[in-house]
Amino acid sequence: MSLTENIHIGRPTNRVDGRLKVTGQAKYAAEYPAADLLHGAIVGSTIAAGRITALNVEPARQVPGVVEVFTHENRGKAAWLDRSWRDEVAPPGHPFRPLHSDRILFDGQPIALVVADSYEAARDAASLVSAEYEVREHCTELERKRSEAYVPPEKRSGIPPPPDPRGDPEKAFEDAPIKISRDYRVNAEHHNPMEMFGTTCVYEGNDKLTIYDKTQGSQNAQGYVTSVFGLKSKNVRLINHYVGGAFGSALRPQHQLFFAVMASLELKRSVRVSLTRSQMFHIGYRPDNYQTVSLAADREGRLRSIMHDAVASTSHYEDYQEAVVNWSGMMYHCDNVKLSYRLAKLHTPTPCDMRAPGAAIGVTALECALDELSYEVGIDPLEIRRLNFASKDENTDKQFTSKALHACYREGAAAFGWDKRKSVPRSMQDGHDLIGWGVSTGMWDAFLQKAEATAKLSADGKLEVSTAASDIGTGTWTILTQIGADAFGLPLEDVTARIGDSTLPTSPVEGGSWTAASNGSAVQAACEAAKETLFKHAKKMANSPLADSEFEDVAVSGGCIFRIDDPGKRLAISEIMHAADLEEIEEEGKVGPDLLQMMKYISYTHSAVFAEVRVDEELGIVRVTRIVCAAAAGRILNPKTARSQILGGVVMGIGMALHEEAMTDHRLGKIMNHNLAEYHIPAHADIENIEVIFVDEHDEKVSPLGVKGLGEIGIVGTASAVANAIFHATGKRVRDFPITIDKLLAA
Amino acid sequence: MAPSSADIPASFVINGSRHALTIPPWMTLLDLLREHLHLTGSKKGCDHGQCGACTVLVDGIRLNSCLILAVSRDGADITTIEGLERDGDLHPLQTAFVEHDAFQCGYCTPGQICSAAGLLSERHAHNRAEIRENMSGNLCRCGAYTNIADAIEDVMAQDAAAREAAE
Repeated sequence: MSLTENIHIGRPTNRVDGRLKVTGQAKYAAEYPAADLLHGAIVGSTIAAGRITALNVEPARQVPGVVEVFTHENRGKAAWLDRSWRDEVAPPGHPFRPLHSDRILFDGQPIALVVADSYEAARDAASLVSAEYEVREHCTELERKRSEAYVPPEKRSGIPPPPDPRGDPEKAFEDAPIKISRDYRVNAEHHNPMEMFGTTCVYEGNDKLTIYDKTQGSQNAQGYVTSVFGLKSKNVRLINHYVGGAFGSALRPQHQLFFAVMASLELKRSVRVSLTRSQMFHIGYRPDNYQTVSLAADREGRLRSIMHDAVASTSHYEDYQEAVVNWSGMMYHCDNVKLSYRLAKLHTPTPCDMRAPGAAIGVTALECALDELSYEVGIDPLEIRRLNFASKDENTDKQFTSKALHACYREGAAAFGWDKRKSVPRSMQDGHDLIGWGVSTGMWDAFLQKAEATAKLSADGKLEVSTAASDIGTGTWTILTQIGADAFGLPLEDVTARIGDSTLPTSPVEGGSWTAASNGSAVQAACEAAKETLFKHAKKMANSPLADSEFEDVAVSGGCIFRIDDPGKRLAISEIMHAADLEEIEEEGKVGPDLLQMMKYISYTHSAVFAEVRVDEELGIVRVTRIVCAAAAGRILNPKTARSQILGGVVMGIGMALHEEAMTDHRLGKIMNHNLAEYHIPAHADIENIEVIFVDEHDEKVSPLGVKGLGEIGIVGTASAVANAIFHATGKRVRDFPITIDKLLAA
Repeated sequence: MAPSSADIPASFVINGSRHALTIPPWMTLLDLLREHLHLTGSKKGCDHGQCGACTVLVDGIRLNSCLILAVSRDGADITTIEGLERDGDLHPLQTAFVEHDAFQCGYCTPGQICSAAGLLSERHAHNRAEIRENMSGNLCRCGAYTNIADAIEDVMAQDAAAREAAE
């Protein structure tokens, strides 16, 4: 079938769930009512390592309204085997099992669940639970464990380990005329989506459950529940229609899901459990890390050697891994490269993928180092990036399916006015403020994952498309509706997307920026299949005007199927269905990576980020006054929601540059700023002007839709662009993120 | 929840409807709205007055409902996000938020809109910088800030035009 003109794809389109969200009607996990609902409150440990020797739950039991207090001594039935607790995205190791034993592995580890008939009673009683501990030595300080760092023995599925070294990086470094070697650190960050983690588990009788959970994967969470509690799959339905942000924190099932389901099964009642904001600092986080980047170049700025080593934190029970250093082997052309990545165990929970996991910290270090090198060479920071352009992925020796990065540099620089930049640091001032301009490249994977969908066309011409995708604010509801509408030439109102439900066709978790490409392509494939079925029925009709046509010759629009070259030859959908005695046509669509193509090609999204800062040097205050982010991300389905994705990534990147860090008192092993007043994220006042540019990039190989994905690329390169701008403004290089006032004043 | 002897009578006008209730004195206005009146449009993002997701209008003033014990506002007139629509028509801020894509996940959105409604009636903000400053009690982790500022500026301009026309 030749494609008819797309009306909706590519057009800035308001979110189809917009009205529900601005009227407060969109329901999140902790907002579903249930009869006789019980409320659970989690109690956390007050030490970071050791054993519980005694628990005093009696005062909690005395609180009116308390129904039960669960601890490791009376926890409900759950799977014995370690592997039963592994979810789809679990790293190697032993998954955390709440209330499994008396062992404490991190501060804030859940040690009890109080269940009561009101939220207030549960919260009050939880504050009365106390424990005695046998305290063991703990360590939460990565620096102290750096010397014990190890290469993870078992690799995490889907995360490529650093490639083997190429060339002779040490000798090339030694021989090069210009070189730098610098240490960087990006402090641990916490996702802090605005919605606190919550689960409402509705007990339907006979161990049948309907669960509303905050998760990025309804089927991953549903699979965890059935596996951990030994329930039949058909008896557990998990719904996540609306997810109040996640950024990776809801990829894995979190504590509240386990607790709500456990209590529900034990008490045979519906139970709601929410984490508090403070407790959200005791779930996964972006790992703390130390990185060393050594770069060498010839006198023109051509890279001769790249060496990048990273040590990142993990927990005592799992080896969390992400691709931190790999980017340094493929972002630029260089014949001599050595990359290494090791882990160190701390008494913290297992880290968890956070927006652009790995790249957000690894690219930040590389891009700051490259900026430093450009000053050593005496070349414009943008020019050194252009000069070292990589035309293939030198880690794997594969071709890029597309790479419009030069266009990002060109269009971003033009929009920013980069040509007016004075090259010498501290040379651009405006009154009291020092002004600095910095640039960075960004890069993120463009994945196509296995995904399935159905398309159901009814006799009245309305369409329903279904896939168990999640929309965490990314715009999935809207783009799937657009894709369905264009397939059948329908207005958006006639298309219903169904997502956020474990009973729908198989979908991966919503992460990695792959949802639009994967679920979008599956929906398109399902629509094509439904159209083909419609066409077959049309062709079979008595005296069909399409009897001699092939599927390639026809299109569907305005409730009719017709010949593209002779639109007069047409049949109404209702007529075809009536003749075939059908009320609806439902077909499936499936997509997955093309393994043959993947032997030769690899796909990435690229960007160029330009930042302007104004620095009050006496006070150390940095304001990010302008960001231009130019992205090459393949086909853009919805420029309005796509732009928002980039804006969001950029804002979180500004947070990484200037605000965000978990502050741990290492004597206690405790995060001290476990709230939104003290863990700073960007607020309205911090965010000034952000311009988003999507450069033209056609890529027929990356996914059937030509889409690359946008969820993460916005953050990659933003922190480095800001840091580089701060150096340009002040001549001061701070290599420890976030760049807070104290560090800038001390530099 | 079983009634308790500590419960206290209190009445409110919420989104135009009168509610005469008997509630425990330790219940926050936010929990009253969400858990007992099922008005879940007001969101709980921190429960500590740090994020603004629970912002509602109490006697026309924007307040963090998680920091208010409900009984302390006996007799108050409360408007939540569910009460901003008029006869099925969206409030201009609601329309502007949709048009400017001023949200992603939608969780901070009711608080942002109620806060913006309070901001407009305060008339303290006259330009974009003042909007940003005066909206800084409402966090948005999806990073929709520039679009939120666009939406509020848009409505502020509409209001100014309407006032000018009336004068």
